[in-house]
Amino acid sequence: MSTTVISESINGTLHPVTAQLVGAASSLGGSITVICPGGTGASDAAKISGVSKVISVEGDCFETYDCSAWSKSLSPLVEGELILSSSSAIGRELISSISASKGIPVVQDVTSLKSGFSATRTIYSGKAIEEVSISPPCAISLRANSFESAEDGGSAEVSTINVSQEVAVAVKQALAKASERLDVSEADIIISGGRGMGEPANFSHLNEVADVLGAAVGASRAAVDTWEEIPHSMQVGQTGKTVTPNLYIAVGISGAIQHLAGMRSSKFILAINKDPEAPIFGVADYGIVSTWEDALPVLKEQLTELLSN
Amino acid sequence: MGVAVLLKQVPDTTAKISISGGRVDEASITKWSISPYDEYALENAIQLKESGFGEVVAITCGPARAAKCLTEAAAVGADRLIHILTDSALDSIQVQSLLSAAVKETGFEVVMCGKQAADTNSGSTGPGLASTLGFSCVGGVTGVSIDGGLASATRLGPSGLEKVEVGGPCVFTFDKGDSELRRPNVRGIMMAKKKPIDSLSPAELGVSDSNSMIIIKGHSSPPEKQPGQKFVGSESVPEVVDKLREEANVI
Repeated sequence: MSTTVISESINGTLHPVTAQLVGAASSLGGSITVICPGGTGASDAAKISGVSKVISVEGDCFETYDCSAWSKSLSPLVEGELILSSSSAIGRELISSISASKGIPVVQDVTSLKSGFSATRTIYSGKAIEEVSISPPCAISLRANSFESAEDGGSAEVSTINVSQEVAVAVKQALAKASERLDVSEADIIISGGRGMGEPANFSHLNEVADVLGAAVGASRAAVDTWEEIPHSMQVGQTGKTVTPNLYIAVGISGAIQHLAGMRSSKFILAINKDPEAPIFGVADYGIVSTWEDALPVLKEQLTELLSN
Repeated sequence: MGVAVLLKQVPDTTAKISISGGRVDEASITKWSISPYDEYALENAIQLKESGFGEVVAITCGPARAAKCLTEAAAVGADRLIHILTDSALDSIQVQSLLSAAVKETGFEVVMCGKQAADTNSGSTGPGLASTLGFSCVGGVTGVSIDGGLASATRLGPSGLEKVEVGGPCVFTFDKGDSELRRPNVRGIMMAKKKPIDSLSPAELGVSDSNSMIIIKGHSSPPEKQPGQKFVGSESVPEVVDKLREEANVI
């Protein structure tokens, strides 16, 4: 058994999900090769316990993101019975492209994995759970925060490979910088607002609580559809992102079926809503019947006090 | 010249999904729709057609019921409809091989689809198809315009929202698009009912739809949440914060 892990990067460094991919691979046994596109984070990847080998793939084509160019550069280096990536947007694209070029099937956004392989994933954005069996060789993308990270303490050999690949997708202009905030799909804590927030400017109150908690800020579809200031990338639920944080705080969100599907698997849910009949209370571990105007300042104050001690 | 748009029919996002005999009970689903991200792909394709970029061919792969999404596409302006008719549960390679064969049949070099379907939530088809066809792939786009041989797209990339250009054959996968979706008018709906659908079997496309490499072992419902604790008024916030720390251990 041998596994190739496609590493994930963030802001020019190794993304912590990479250690989770290695952790998942380790539980299946066998040798683990980590491939780092553009060489990003290669030296850190070598320090993850359980990694047998790191391949740092460098070349001009990694300066901007072109799925096909990256995939063509990485594919020849991908070997073994199992290919793993993160189920981030780029992770999914790369593993789809690489697996297609090798003629092997891919299963995306898996949340648990047994040797052999048996994989579990959510479908319909969380309305149902699917268990599939898939025989090696195959490719699987894993959801962030669903697998235990491998520990530090490895010292794998790093080999550098230079590739030259024609780039067809040219970045012409940056229109808006990526949000500095953590994305909802990889946060441990999420605080989301709905149309009950009244107006988009009031999301600043959610941001303040998020800053105290180190949380990501999300939104319901109703909020995203109503206010153009709230980008679709924040949307939690079907037609948005499916999330499974440790704590999900829903503020001014009534709880449409599409939203509940996307967040109901969160470990703990706190709902704040002025309507005691709101469906969101049906999935909340803790419900507070209150306006956000009353509750959020107290919440911020309490959390600040608690977390500064 | 034109755009091949890939559409998947999925249970409407308002539908409740129930499980019967360890499988999603499709018979209980009353409303089927075009997968939401695919609708943005279709809208953009029709806009390109209106700006003079050839015709729009809508392609779907699925059982007989999926023909409805092609008729819906025709009602808003799709010119040709191709239905790859199969009842099988397919793996990613089979889906991509079937769609690739149908796209080749159109001879088009621009393909548009959603970034992922609302049923499987996978997102394998666009980039996998691009790889199979030898096309480029630009994912998560919100709008595409084409001038001469050059396509210009807005995408949410790793460093933020950016404008990219791509020459040559390309698959674009759509995020929620910039444009409002158009609704069909009565004339469109009437014309669409008469529009013929080219129905193709996997065998006709030279692809086997049996022996999927991915076997679905079963479906289940997510665990029901137990009713939680409910508090009234902002004065309960300190108690709840305490519980988040002491009971739930999440902060």
